[in-house]
Amino acid sequence: MDESQNTLSTGRSPAMTYGRYLLVWIGLVALTSLTVALAGIHLGRWVILTALTIASIKSTMVLFTFMHLRSEDRTFRVFVLVAVVTLGIFIVLTFFDYAFY
Amino acid sequence: MNLQPLVVPGDSHAHRDDIGSRMGMWLFLFTELILFGGMFILYAVYRFSHFQEFQLAAKQLDTTVGTVNTLILLTSSLTVALSIVALREGRKGFSKALVAMTLVLALAFLMNKYFEWNHKFDAGIYPGSPDLLSQPDGVILYFGLYFVMTGLHALHVIIGAGVLGYMYWAIGQGIVRPDATVRLEAGGLYWHLVDIIWIFLFPLFYLLQ
Repeated sequence: MDESQNTLSTGRSPAMTYGRYLLVWIGLVALTSLTVALAGIHLGRWVILTALTIASIKSTMVLFTFMHLRSEDRTFRVFVLVAVVTLGIFIVLTFFDYAFY
Repeated sequence: MNLQPLVVPGDSHAHRDDIGSRMGMWLFLFTELILFGGMFILYAVYRFSHFQEFQLAAKQLDTTVGTVNTLILLTSSLTVALSIVALREGRKGFSKALVAMTLVLALAFLMNKYFEWNHKFDAGIYPGSPDLLSQPDGVILYFGLYFVMTGLHALHVIIGAGVLGYMYWAIGQGIVRPDATVRLEAGGLYWHLVDIIWIFLFPLFYLLQ
């Protein structure tokens, strides 16, 4: 047929896809609880790093499952990587400039 | 883009390029990433030049409201992702129900935001208010960024809800159907990006107290 079936053409049945999405959602909720719980503890200067690390993990989960990056053509992953790394360099270097001088 | 609802599945003469459509959507999302990314950098710079005042100002936000809104958006991301699976299976009604559920969650998010902002306005905190301007620079900057960034994000939620409203209608019309889901996928991609931006806004404004 055409390419429209591609995003789910990983050999999984629809039931497995429902299950996988639900699992990812549970993981996202768990990580949200974790980040809220950690905010109550005073981690000093590490607090922003842990918060951003958890946020990055959550975003990766959304990108790869909900946004289908896992099953998309490789080109998509390269594009996203370039975009995220570019922005990441801007942000991390700025943080280093101001946080650790 | 004038897809006829009656095109036979597998008809190779229907002009379609689903990968190209999704790629186009991703390219648009990158521009959104830079739009918000610039603001995140601004936030980073001001946070470290006004560290104490940012932490003080963050205490004035309600973590519970932020957490509830995070859970609402994460769940709405799940429902929109599932709506695509349901439609591929040919379960049109279920798919529409999932899109409708996403819209309800979007509305819940916006209502929370409305009450949160209202509460701040009542307390005399809004851009340019005398109460706010009498506070230290860092607090003014924090709330300036808070209103602009969550406001721009809320605008994206409203636009996303509009897009998903169209999808609900389009599924009913057969424009979006089991063998032609690319529009719903593009709408979903936009919705997930809005979710990802919130995933970062939430800790930066509500948790770093």
